[in-house]
Amino acid sequence: MTRYLMRRTLVLVLSLIAAGLVLFVLLRLLPGDPAAALLSVGADDAQIAAVRAELGSDQPIAVQLGHFLADLARFDFGRSFVSNAPVAPEILSRLTVTLPLTLAAFALALAFAAPLGILAALRADRWTGAALSALSQLGLAVPVFWIGLMLVWIVAVRARLLPASGFPTEGWSDPIAAARALALPVLTVALVMGASLLRYIRSATLDVLGADYLRHARALGASFPEALIRHGLRNGAAPVISIIGIELASTLLGAVVVERVFALPGLGSMLVLAIAQRDYPSVQGVLMVTTLLVLLIGFAADVVQRLIDPRLRAEERGAS
Amino acid sequence: MAFASLAVSGLRLSLSAGLVALALGVSPAALLAGEADPAAILRIGSLYEPQNLDNTAGAGQGINEAFNDNVYEALYRLADDGAVEPVLAAGHEVSADGLTHTFTLKDGVKFHSGDPLTAKDVKYSIERVIAEGSKSSRKKSLAPIAKIETPDDRTVVITLTSKSISLPYNLSYVWVVNDAAGDITGKEDGTGPYALTGWKRGSTLSLKAFDGYWGTKPENAGAVFSYFTEAAALNNALLTDAVDIITSVQSPDALSQFSDTSAFTIAEGKSTTKQLLAWNDRVAPFNNLKVRKALARAIDDKKLLEAIWGERGTLIGSFVPPTDPWYVDLTGVDAYDPASAKALLAEAGYPNGFSFTLDTPNYDPHPITAEFVKAELAKIGVTVNINIITANEWYEKIYQKHDFQATLQEHVNHRDIVFYGNPDFYWGYDNPKVTGLIAEAETSDTEAGQTERLTEANRIIAEDAASDWFFLYPQLVVSKAGVSGYPVNGLNAQFFLRDIRKEG
Repeated sequence: MTRYLMRRTLVLVLSLIAAGLVLFVLLRLLPGDPAAALLSVGADDAQIAAVRAELGSDQPIAVQLGHFLADLARFDFGRSFVSNAPVAPEILSRLTVTLPLTLAAFALALAFAAPLGILAALRADRWTGAALSALSQLGLAVPVFWIGLMLVWIVAVRARLLPASGFPTEGWSDPIAAARALALPVLTVALVMGASLLRYIRSATLDVLGADYLRHARALGASFPEALIRHGLRNGAAPVISIIGIELASTLLGAVVVERVFALPGLGSMLVLAIAQRDYPSVQGVLMVTTLLVLLIGFAADVVQRLIDPRLRAEERGAS
Repeated sequence: MAFASLAVSGLRLSLSAGLVALALGVSPAALLAGEADPAAILRIGSLYEPQNLDNTAGAGQGINEAFNDNVYEALYRLADDGAVEPVLAAGHEVSADGLTHTFTLKDGVKFHSGDPLTAKDVKYSIERVIAEGSKSSRKKSLAPIAKIETPDDRTVVITLTSKSISLPYNLSYVWVVNDAAGDITGKEDGTGPYALTGWKRGSTLSLKAFDGYWGTKPENAGAVFSYFTEAAALNNALLTDAVDIITSVQSPDALSQFSDTSAFTIAEGKSTTKQLLAWNDRVAPFNNLKVRKALARAIDDKKLLEAIWGERGTLIGSFVPPTDPWYVDLTGVDAYDPASAKALLAEAGYPNGFSFTLDTPNYDPHPITAEFVKAELAKIGVTVNINIITANEWYEKIYQKHDFQATLQEHVNHRDIVFYGNPDFYWGYDNPKVTGLIAEAETSDTEAGQTERLTEANRIIAEDAASDWFFLYPQLVVSKAGVSGYPVNGLNAQFFLRDIRKEG
């Protein structure tokens, strides 16, 4: 396992560097000029040239890449082209919105998707199972922003139970206001994420229910719930965990849409604006951090899978 | 809060009345309904978050909205009706040759940091705008400034290389900043009635009334600007009482939600934002006057305005909005007349029409306008190929490289007819008569002389169909009932807070 962890860590670091390089090059292939975000109609050529020189965007790509890598090695994302503020603290401040949003939505989604998914599988041939299956299909088909808009309309505009949008200026120093601000966005994401998780859990459970080992366990005298929990859960969890990892990562990246609908100062809204403005340092910073988080999620999912599935560990021993 | 508001409003109610109100479960402030609450914090919803806090560092229009005349003052202000009024300037004298302007400063003005205002601060502030690294779009209009002297703390002497009748107007764009402030991209030190108390990027910007303000106290205690990227979220914020005012409604459809006049007030003013179809006047066929006039006559501006803004907005017929002193109604020039458009096109040598590419910014209302233009021009045999581009691409391809045939754009500034006096501007309009009139207007001895010349230039660009000006956007501000005193025109996106009253 130690060898595996070391190898897996090396892969993580190399992936991060590769992602950084690809990102850096792709960003500069986009048409558009970072100077445009800072200048308006009325600026003359000298002003445009001065801004490019100030930003360093007039330098050859190789030189810019050198600066980027040198800064990255020091965990320094530089200063925003547009706001002139350092990028790293801004990302940290945005993470205090995006991370709780993602994690809370994930926990909520799992909390209702796991029991309902198993129930849908157990009752697959009854109307409850069919209804759950159909509902989850609907959840997958409906765009997340539409769910957000509907929830805002019903819960915030009509019933006035929760704020329609925004995040308190004081952030988490007022935890109740912050939690209320995140409640609707969390519910929105959880509904969509839960719908797809439910389907995966349902099909994983169906696989387990039909498996030989479950019948054997019951033949050896285990009750159905006991067989399901002791043997079924462990077998069924392995594929679900890798799906969970992917879902978690895509929710983090998909926060963009939800943050716009709810006017939340998160990473997603920062990224969208930075791309439109060709604010390279901010785009690079946000994408490096999200890439790192996604890679860490993948890493964690792999490790957990290995911990619960002895077959994967055996492969490891066989290979070495 | 309620008690605080009572205390500041001069105790119109006796304390016992307040206690009765409390006993009845009614807040004392409610008894004051109809009276402005000077302790109120205004909650303002906007789509324009500043990118940083320095108007010479590419902060965008959001900084004008939040800071102009609120946090920073200037020697002059562009009032909401378009008039130029003195603010920090107590006196202004011009030498006989028109080249030396002596400004006297108001007494007793303090910056938010506590430093007193001196002539050196004004000199520093003007030099910031004309400095080499300045990103201000106003840099060019201050170019005639040769030197700035400060003979004493109350006097600023500006020497010009050529006469500049608009100097006071142009100085209304120059924030007076404390010369000790340093980098102001993330903080402020102005003399305005409000000081910045917090800015959370992507979310809110908070202002509080400044105790040491030299002028009349504002009608409120401060403001919080909340920023949105989705117009729907902005509207919901007003519907759910999360904000008191939204500064600019972007679509008439949204207004129906606020039609209940007992709950909301809709104010329509005249903006300075003009939507236009800019030809590249350098290239064929748009270098041909007849072609430009033909195309202008083929597009029904009135129908377009109705399609986009319903009953609102204004047809202008030229680049000059009614709040500019040189406005004249030119909607009759090249008015909608498809028959004469077709005839003119034939005269110009295109009896069977031609085709061109229309570079269209990818945000509202440009894509829908492009489709409309395409349909209108198809009727006279002209084919439009719509090419959708981002704002950033627009700036590089069109503004910088002039690599286009025609484009749609909106121009937001007040008094920007001067762009037609610059033959190197992106649209490449080059009429020496207009260039001359615009230059002469600036060196006029009187404002009447300036207005006369610019009115003439305005008529010529319209007759030349230099561009096709569709309409002036309406300026729509919606507030909760009981909130009043806000600017309705919002020239240059300014949003003066000091006179806004919120009923208790």
